[in-house]
Amino acid sequence: MSIPLLEVQDLHKFFFTTRGVVKAVQGVSFTLSAQETLGLVGESGSGKSTVAYTVMGMYSPTGGKILFRGQDISVSHERRPLSLKKELQIVFQDPGSSLNPRRSIGDILALPLSIHGKNNPGTMKERIEELLQMVELPPEYVSKYPRSLGGGEKQMVAIARALAVEPSLVVLDEPTSALDVSVQAKIINMLVEIQKKRGLGYLFITHDLSLMRNIAHRVAIMYLGRIMELAPSRVFFEKPLHPYTRMLISSIPVVSEQEEKLKPQKIIPRGEIPSPVNLPSGCVFHPRCIEREELCSQKEPEMIEAEPGHWVKCHLIRT
Amino acid sequence: MKKRTVWGKWWYKFSRNPLSVVGLCMVCAIVFVALFAPWVAPYPEHAGPYVNYGEANQPPSLPHPFGTDAFGRDILSRVFFAFRSSLLMGMVVLAIVVPVGVTLGLVAGYFKESWLDILIMRITDIFLSVPPLILALAITSVLKPNLTNAMIAVSVMWWPWYTRLVYGMATSLRNEYFVQSAELLGASKFHILFREILPNCVSTILTKMTLDMGWVILIGAALSFVGLGEQPPKPALGTMVSDGARYLPEYWWMAVFPGLAIMLIVLGFNLLGDGIGDLFSLEEA
Repeated sequence: MSIPLLEVQDLHKFFFTTRGVVKAVQGVSFTLSAQETLGLVGESGSGKSTVAYTVMGMYSPTGGKILFRGQDISVSHERRPLSLKKELQIVFQDPGSSLNPRRSIGDILALPLSIHGKNNPGTMKERIEELLQMVELPPEYVSKYPRSLGGGEKQMVAIARALAVEPSLVVLDEPTSALDVSVQAKIINMLVEIQKKRGLGYLFITHDLSLMRNIAHRVAIMYLGRIMELAPSRVFFEKPLHPYTRMLISSIPVVSEQEEKLKPQKIIPRGEIPSPVNLPSGCVFHPRCIEREELCSQKEPEMIEAEPGHWVKCHLIRT
Repeated sequence: MKKRTVWGKWWYKFSRNPLSVVGLCMVCAIVFVALFAPWVAPYPEHAGPYVNYGEANQPPSLPHPFGTDAFGRDILSRVFFAFRSSLLMGMVVLAIVVPVGVTLGLVAGYFKESWLDILIMRITDIFLSVPPLILALAITSVLKPNLTNAMIAVSVMWWPWYTRLVYGMATSLRNEYFVQSAELLGASKFHILFREILPNCVSTILTKMTLDMGWVILIGAALSFVGLGEQPPKPALGTMVSDGARYLPEYWWMAVFPGLAIMLIVLGFNLLGDGIGDLFSLEEA
């Protein structure tokens, strides 16, 4: 097998606060290939954004490794070379604060181009127009300021900025969760299009499971800093193994009877995600699990490959 | 809706508060008479070492609307010329203080919790803990008393306010996604400080600068009141008040009119500053 685009090995990230140690991420491992979208799904507090930010170098990991094309990049972004920054880009959740309100769209898009050595003033204007065209915005937007743009348009500009440096991996941190559904669909379609054209790898962070069904090639579900289940998208939705996954999939709201039938048996969710400062013993999910056994509260389960490519972390699943 | 030009829109917002317009008019009038003092003042030569005891201690009258002083000099003319040194002081002090204070605040705020932050902010705290006028008095009394040294003294005590102001803004702005994006793209620290963070502080800084023009001039007047500013025979508002105070209450005009002039200049800049503050807060809304 060739070297994956991104490989995360046993990643740990703890935050040391005055109220105690927040174990945001504990032992997360996954790989991501070029042209692939890996959906990292979880409730708020599951550590999914921490994983994303650690991959980007906004945090340096407490333990474990992050490999980009086989090269160790487990350091904060300040110590990463410019050539690496060019390869990894991120689109943030809130389009409102991801664009500087005091800089024009043209200035915002010129920044990545000038940093990464495409500052030939003759071609700069054309390049900016190309970027706007790519995200389906008219060229007049060059002189506009973020405040005169809608939320969806701002997110388009943020995407264009991230793609301006021609990265090979883009972290999408809930890029559509702040937007209207109609705009959401447009952005998702555009992201898929761009991926096909450029062969990008997407690490897609979201709490929206149903969205992942449409665009992710593989889905990983996180709970309290751990990946509970990781499977190809189709398998993940049709044959979920982990009780947590089943609970989540069964609680996706649906409109029609047919859709309802597609879902696993209805499991009423119990309780809420506990604080990552005070983690439950054994399997972190056991207090909310309806199928828990004696062992679950005592020992944390290992990640096992239940079937090829389908990983799960649960005592009830045995190969 | 009628389409307004950018300036038209700004003027519309600014003029909604009539006091802002009053402030603007006061400042414009003061700047005008200061700039054109040699032509506007009825007796320009009275701004220098002019003595005419025959005309001394005259109360306000048509030829001398503000009266004359103990040397027979026209107080109105001297006030006009005194505006020059007051405004010069305000401008020079701000021109020194703003770049220094803002840069330090940006650096300390952006590198929060680093040694740079600690160093800069503790020095700032030390300066802020000394009563400003006392510090300025100490500095001017060590140096030679003149306008230049008064400006230096006020500058030394004034920069920490800008450092504090910008520090607070920079510490919150550095966590904004647009700053993080610039970092992840590999933008230089210079770019992040002055192109990403600073533009978002400009409106607050400008508002403070306008308000501070008044306060710096007031401190300058206080220094000249105790004889540590512009030296005689050159006119300074503070000196004129302190000289005139010796002739109170009979020759009241000698102290009252320069005093009113100080009030006018401080009030004008304060009203204008409030108006500019409104302008920016409305723009953001």
